[in-house]
Amino acid sequence: MKRFAVIAPADLSAAARMLAEPNRSALAGGVDLLDLLKQELAAPDELVNLKALGGLDRIESESGGALRIGPLVTLHQLAASPAVRARHPALADAAAEAATPQLRNLATVGGNLAQRPRCWYFRNPAIVCLKKGGSKCYAVAGLNRYHAILGGGPSFIVNPSNLAPALVAYDATLTLHGPDGARKLAIAEFFTLPKADPRRENALIPGEIIAAIDVPAPPAGARSAYIEAREKQSFDWPLASAVAILAMNRAGEIEYARIVMGAVAPIPWRAPSAEKILHGARLDRAVADRAAQAALEGAAPLAHNAYKIPIARAMVRRAILRAGGIADETA
Amino acid sequence: MSRRPRDRDIIEKIAVPADSAADGGGSTLSRRSFLKGAGAAAAAASLLGVSPAEADVSAPNPPLAGSAERLGPGPAAFNLRINGAARTVAAEPRVTLLGVLRDHLGLTGTKLVCDRGACGACTVHLDGAPVASCMMLAVDARGHEITTIEGLGAPDRMNALQNAFVSNDALQCGFCTPGITMALSAALGANPNPSPEEIKRAIAGNICRCGTYPHVIEAALAAAKAARGRA
Repeated sequence: MKRFAVIAPADLSAAARMLAEPNRSALAGGVDLLDLLKQELAAPDELVNLKALGGLDRIESESGGALRIGPLVTLHQLAASPAVRARHPALADAAAEAATPQLRNLATVGGNLAQRPRCWYFRNPAIVCLKKGGSKCYAVAGLNRYHAILGGGPSFIVNPSNLAPALVAYDATLTLHGPDGARKLAIAEFFTLPKADPRRENALIPGEIIAAIDVPAPPAGARSAYIEAREKQSFDWPLASAVAILAMNRAGEIEYARIVMGAVAPIPWRAPSAEKILHGARLDRAVADRAAQAALEGAAPLAHNAYKIPIARAMVRRAILRAGGIADETA
Repeated sequence: MSRRPRDRDIIEKIAVPADSAADGGGSTLSRRSFLKGAGAAAAAASLLGVSPAEADVSAPNPPLAGSAERLGPGPAAFNLRINGAARTVAAEPRVTLLGVLRDHLGLTGTKLVCDRGACGACTVHLDGAPVASCMMLAVDARGHEITTIEGLGAPDRMNALQNAFVSNDALQCGFCTPGITMALSAALGANPNPSPEEIKRAIAGNICRCGTYPHVIEAALAAAKAARGRA
């Protein structure tokens, strides 16, 4: 690991100005950053320590159920918060299923959203892949069992964040504080496809810091669920995950549906075709099956990851049934 | 994932003579006491990437505009609270909490294994919560109460959980044991009446390659039961 200095900024604006300079990285929980530093995938001269700033580590809840989450809130805080669990259980569960107790106590929400992908070609310091300014994505012809089945190309990473699909499903808005002030961005627009620029995963411009995550209350009566499948049960990155939010009208028909998948694409992957099937239907297992089928239409697997398609389909079906309060006989 | 030489490998290359026994054996000079004696200064300096002459603490750097403080990149003096005592260390800001505990303060009960937060061997408490000390910079631990395995008990005065590990045969090689003990003691503090499932979740971040998990779970249940009996 290269030597670096650690700077404590006086305030958020000062932090943004410092981070706009080259060779500086933001330090929050430090979990992904230390991994990148140890692998020498990042080699900043200075870290700007966001933990020196006060007030960014709180979860505020409004009486209507909306949440304002500080970027330095830890995954453990999010998982353990009664306010989050009350109206946004899929977010609480996504946080509780991430990493390990030891990492959930360090890792922050901001860092979870901005972490770099886990692709083993990207994480290998000896390989200069497309994401590092090289000419090719080694996953295309290489070992790609954990790579994208949707939205891939020219890079085939998957978004590694557990929280991202839940925050997309709940329509969260990010406040990004940059050197020239703050802007708001829908979280669905925060994550960017490799088509736009394979070297980056999000819309942050130099110096910008995730300053707040606003999560509106879901529609009245909505129920939501998060579910993931992973190879190692103790802890692992998911092979596929799914979030479902459903609200029924008085007649028992679905009048609001959100389906978002994780770990299948370079960004959290919303499935409008599945939502369309659910909309207006009375939920039963056949409807959930049809929606899950639709969610994976258009999947384009690589040589070694077609197995992820039925897993993702099962995650969607189970998330829908769990949100709808129907026992899943296949689970 | 590629692997670079670890601190431990570097120390062994520098300090252990080719003919010395692996860990002392019949000799009065163990690897650890050898390192803690003559070799320690040179080894510590080499870990920092500086020569012994450079290892003095530099004067504080002039602060940048808009910054309240700037530490490093050279060694900087800062204070930590560890096992209830104030400790002053001089370390580069890039040194992890694990590095300061083991290499600067000699608290070698906390283990370095994967160095990526994946195995749990380096688990310590930060304000009572378990954290991976390999994935946290030491300067970031300022202002927090740190507890290591040495703060839990000692061989001649083990705490209830440590005693339960012995009586339930909950370890084989023992290398993961300090980390698992720290993870469990935090979990039992937060939940005095855990189910086996909750214990499994509490140690989900700890890897034991001897496979002692069933006995570890028994030990945790026994310690929890004993603590409830006393309460």
